[in-house]
Amino acid sequence: MTQNNRERVVVVGAGHGGGLTVAFLRQFGYAGEITLIGEETVLPYQRPPLSKAWLKGEVSQESLALRPPAFYVDQNIDLHLGVRAERIDVQARHVVLASGQEIPYDHLVLATGAHARTLPIPGVQLSNVMTLRTLVDAEHIRSALGPGKKLIIIGGGYVGLECAATARALGVEVTVLARAPRLLERVASEPVSAFLQRFHESKGVTFRLNAVIEAILGDTRAECVLLTDGTQLSCDAVLVGVGAIPTASMAQAIGLRCDDGIVVDADCRTSDPHIFAIGDVAKRPHPLYGRELRLESVPSCMEQAKRVAACITGREPAAAEVPWFWSDQYDLKLQIAGLPFEADETVVRGNPDEAKFAVFHLRAGHIVTVEAINAPPEFFAGKKLIGSGKTVAGDKLKDSTVPLTDLAA
Amino acid sequence: MIQITFVEHGGTHHTIDIPEGMSLMQAAVNHNVPGIDADCGGSMTCGTCRVCVPLDAQPVTGERSSLEQQMLEFSGLDGSGVRLSCQLVARPEFNGLRLQIPESQV
Ligand SMILES: Cc1cc2nc3c(=O)[nH]c(=O)nc-3n(C[C@H](O)[C@H](O)[C@H](O)COP(=O)(O)OP(=O)(O)OC[C@H]3O[C@@H](n4cnc5c(N)ncnc54)[C@H](O)[C@@H]3O)c2cc1C
Ligand code: FES
Repeated sequence: MTQNNRERVVVVGAGHGGGLTVAFLRQFGYAGEITLIGEETVLPYQRPPLSKAWLKGEVSQESLALRPPAFYVDQNIDLHLGVRAERIDVQARHVVLASGQEIPYDHLVLATGAHARTLPIPGVQLSNVMTLRTLVDAEHIRSALGPGKKLIIIGGGYVGLECAATARALGVEVTVLARAPRLLERVASEPVSAFLQRFHESKGVTFRLNAVIEAILGDTRAECVLLTDGTQLSCDAVLVGVGAIPTASMAQAIGLRCDDGIVVDADCRTSDPHIFAIGDVAKRPHPLYGRELRLESVPSCMEQAKRVAACITGREPAAAEVPWFWSDQYDLKLQIAGLPFEADETVVRGNPDEAKFAVFHLRAGHIVTVEAINAPPEFFAGKKLIGSGKTVAGDKLKDSTVPLTDLAA
Repeated sequence: MIQITFVEHGGTHHTIDIPEGMSLMQAAVNHNVPGIDADCGGSMTCGTCRVCVPLDAQPVTGERSSLEQQMLEFSGLDGSGVRLSCQLVARPEFNGLRLQIPESQV
């Protein structure tokens, strides 16, 4: 439909979502101008390996790129990297860069992602207190890891646990401090967090749960972490992994509706019809859950990038997908689909002691979430059942001798 | 260079020259071939890089590993020629291979 060559799409944020948006636009036949603006100096890349294979030194930086450099030339995508978009002029319909340059748009896509949350405690500014969001952050962390080094990770979320696993593989002594009484408190069920804690402990990670941090001590570099109970833990480096905050300030400044992220509709449109928002920064209504969600995951930003490209090119959008996420720790493959809202039954299939099992959460006989550990068939069968909304019997699900085909039929 | 043709569900062809050692998923993604999303970037967790290898070429592409087998078992698309393209690494014998892309990866 939209083959108007003079039409202009501007994408702010050259991360995973921004990179995918420009790729899908061309894939869907968009023939207008495309400009991609990014504060980081590198081409759009994948962040998941930053705490996993890349941090371990198993893959090259080149392999992180979403598309090779030639792609942007061949596809005629105008890149502005290493420059921040400062503000949006909604009347004039242009974006103003930090350099003062004004870039006009017909459609603007905000894919500004999220930035690492820090802690309001003394000592976080010390040079070896780090967070992980970008390749530059990851390089900083990698240079701090080595055999016998002591790393303290603050936060028991996915990124922290993945870094703990990688650091152990590199011979680092790892202590994880978490304020919550269990790991992954907001994002995984109790059986999964208990299993992961035992698994990490068997690999030599020390945990201190219910830990409240008073300060990080040191002159220019962190030397120890002081807890409110007086405990002092010495360290060579500290990684703060306490979640991310959506980068929505530019949207807020022009009065777009924001509420823990930029609020969008099912087509990723913000309260300004010329402006879309996708990825970690966007909070969208999810038809499967009947509520607004801000999901921080690659599949979610992929789905939204596709949706925006479909809207702009006048394509029929694809049906909403079941949200899912993955994590790799040691040789554990975690795959999680669905969200555990109002579950009333929890069923474990398989054996956690063999590090191969799945936890299903059901509501009124329907699966709403599956958390699979080294169990891809359970993951895919569960994801399909979440999408179809079919009723399953919990006692069949729990019995590994009942084939998955009999449930997913 | 090894020449591979990806055929979209609608019939559109994409013929690509691939260096030896590159995964067919990476090649398709680099050329923005529609229908190969590859959410996980080749870490074998997403199952969104599936392709169908024609019967006569299956001896060339070989067998699935046991993990690949598990990834495909309940993926909703599990015909004998279905493979994860991130697990197919280009070798000279692949030259001339034609791969069918499924209608949907979900
Ligand atoms: C270490 C780590 C591991 C992860 N592992 C997984 C995983 O295993 N599985 C999974 O599904 N997800 C994972 N994620 C999450 C996933 O990477 C994010 O969901 C995804 O990157 C979101 O894409 P995005 O485009 O919204 O944001 P980003 O990829 O963060 O991109 C946003 C970009 O916008 C730029 N930007 C912001 N403001 C401006 C401005 N004003 N001007 C110009 N540029 C700007 C930023 O510099 C950044 O480059 C991981 C994330 C991290 C950090
Ligand atoms: S790219 Fe994810 S399984 Fe192949």
